[in-house]
Amino acid sequence: MKQFICFIKKEIYHIIRDPLTLSIMLILPVVLVLILGFAITTEIRNTPFVALDQCRTIESQKLIEKIDGNAYFTLVDAVFSPSEVKQAFRKGKCKLAVVIPPDFANGLLYREKVDIQVLIDASDPNEGSNLYNYLQLIVAQYQKELAQYPHAGGAINTEIKLLYNPQMKGTYSIVPGLIGMIMLLICTSMTSISIAREKELGTMEILLVSPLKPVLIVLAKAVPYLVISLIDMVSCLLLSHYVLAVPIRGNIGLILLLSFIYTLSAVALGLLISAVAKTQQEAMVTAGVGLLLPSILLSNLIFPIDSMPVLLQLLSYIVPARWFIDPLRDIMIKGVGLSAIWVEFLILGSMSAILLFVSIKKFKNRL
Amino acid sequence: MEKTVIQVNDLTKRFGAFTAVDRLSFEVKESEIFGFLGANGTGKTTAIKMLCGLLSPTSGTGRVAGYDLFKQADKVKMNIGYMSQKFSLYEDLKVTENMELFGGIYGMRPKAIRAKTREVIDDLELEDEKHRLVGSLPLGVKQKVSFAVSTFHSPKIVFLDEPTSGVDPISRRIFWEMIYKASSKGMTIFVTTHYMDEAEYCNRISIMVDGKIKALDSPKILKENFGVDSMDTVFQLLARPSNYSKK
Repeated sequence: MKQFICFIKKEIYHIIRDPLTLSIMLILPVVLVLILGFAITTEIRNTPFVALDQCRTIESQKLIEKIDGNAYFTLVDAVFSPSEVKQAFRKGKCKLAVVIPPDFANGLLYREKVDIQVLIDASDPNEGSNLYNYLQLIVAQYQKELAQYPHAGGAINTEIKLLYNPQMKGTYSIVPGLIGMIMLLICTSMTSISIAREKELGTMEILLVSPLKPVLIVLAKAVPYLVISLIDMVSCLLLSHYVLAVPIRGNIGLILLLSFIYTLSAVALGLLISAVAKTQQEAMVTAGVGLLLPSILLSNLIFPIDSMPVLLQLLSYIVPARWFIDPLRDIMIKGVGLSAIWVEFLILGSMSAILLFVSIKKFKNRL
Repeated sequence: MEKTVIQVNDLTKRFGAFTAVDRLSFEVKESEIFGFLGANGTGKTTAIKMLCGLLSPTSGTGRVAGYDLFKQADKVKMNIGYMSQKFSLYEDLKVTENMELFGGIYGMRPKAIRAKTREVIDDLELEDEKHRLVGSLPLGVKQKVSFAVSTFHSPKIVFLDEPTSGVDPISRRIFWEMIYKASSKGMTIFVTTHYMDEAEYCNRISIMVDGKIKALDSPKILKENFGVDSMDTVFQLLARPSNYSKK
C-alpha cells in the first residue's frame, strides 16, 4: 500500500509539473462543450436562402426583401425554376428556399388565402426548426404590414416542406452526446500517453527492475487521471445545465454514478492503449483515430444505430460511448430512473473491469 | 572464501535466429568490482538485462544475490540496483523526490527514507542540488544522482550499464570514487564501460566478443597473459584479432 501511495504521489507530480497537460485536461473539455454546445444551439444568423419568384410583382418582391432584410436570412440567389432550387440545395448554396406562386399578388388582394412554399434543410434538426420559426414570424410581420392597406385581405399560408430529416429528430440530445465524446477524447488520450511516456523516456526499465507489481503501476497511474476526469465530468454537467440550458430531470446521484463508471471505462481504455503502445505518439494516434471515429459513428450521437446494417449494430456494442450517451440523455431529459437503464450500467461496469484487467495483463513485466 | 553473489551457467539469449548472448558462464564474488567489456552490439546490455530480470533468458541457469533468476525473480529484484545506459530518473521530480519514490517502491519506511536521503545528500555533496528538478542538473551530477538512487535501497549488487558515457573526466573520476566507496562497504559492482582506463580500476574484467566471453581475469593477469602493457591493447587483440595477426 505504501508503494502504491508513493507511486500515486509521483504521478501527481508529473501532472502538476506539466501545466500544459493539466490545462488541456481541465480546460479543454469545458471549452469544447461550450463551443460545440453553442455552435449547435446558437442563434441563427445570415442563413443563405434562394427565392423562386413566379409572381414577379411588387408584393412578391417585398416579401423577399423583407426576408432578406432580416438578420436571420440572406438572399444568395434569385432562381427561375424548381430544378434550380433543387440544385441550390444539393450544392449547399442555401438552407432554405422560398417559392412564391404566380397568383400570389392576385390571391393576396382578391382571395381569402394564398399559399407560399418554404423548403428547409433539416439535416440539423435544431437549425431546421429555428429557421422554420423565424420564417413564420417574418411572414406574419409582412402580413401585418399589408393589413394597413384596405385591399389586402388574403392570409398567407406557408406550406413547409422539411428536407432530409422530416421527423426533426434530436433537439437537446446533442449535449449529453458531446459530453460523452469529449470525455472519451480528452481522458482516454491523456491517460494513454502516461505509460507510453515512461517507455519512451527509459524510466520504465527502472520500474521493471524494481519489485513493483505491474498491477500497482497500472492502478496508480489510473487514480490521478480518474480524479481529473471526474472534475471534468462535473464541470461539463454543470455547464450543460446552467449555460446550455439542458434540463436535468432525473436523479443527480444517478447521473454522477453513471458518469463515474463511464469515466472509469475511458481511463481504463487509455491505460490499455498505453500498455500496448511503444511510444507516446503511437498512443495518441491510436486514441485519437482509433477511438474517436468509431465513437462518433457508432454511439448514436449523430447517426441512429437502429437504422444501421446489422454488422455495424453489432460493432456498436463494444463502443463505451454507446452505453453512456443514451442513458445520460434519458436521465437528464426524460428523467428516467435506474430501473430503465441498469443494463447500461452493468455493461459499462463490466467493460471497465475487463479493460483494466486486460491492461494489467498486457503490461509487460519484462522488456 | 568470499561469497559468490552472481553465478551463471550457459546463460543464452536468442532473438529469432540471432544469438545475442551465447552460453555465458561466470561468477562474481561479494564486494567485487566486476568490469564487463565489449564492443557495441556484443551482447553486454542483453546480458545485464537478463541478470536484472528485464529479459528472460532462452536457456541456461543463473543465481543472482542468492536467488534463482527464473524462479525467484521478485527476490532478485529486491536485492539489486540497476542504472541503465539511458539516463532514467524522473526529470520532472526533484532529487529528493526521486529518492523518496524509489525508497518507497522498495518498501523502505518513511523514517528510513529520510535518514538515507540525508546520508546520501551529505555523502555525494548534493546539498545545493537536492531541491532542484533532476532535469535541470548537468549530466555529471545527474549520473551521480542516478547512482545514488539505484543504490538507495542498499542492494547487494548494483548493475551499472555504461554509467559514465558522455561524462567529463573529472566527473568520471568522482563517479569511480563513489563506486570504490560502495564496494568498500560490501556492495558488489557489476559495470560495463568503453573506457579502458576505467577497466583498469576493476578487480576483474570479462571481455565479450560476439556474445561470448573471450577473456576473464584481473587486468594485471590479462595484460601479462597477452604480453602487452595496456588494457586497450588486450581489448583490441581480442575484439579484432585479424588486425593483429597480419602484423
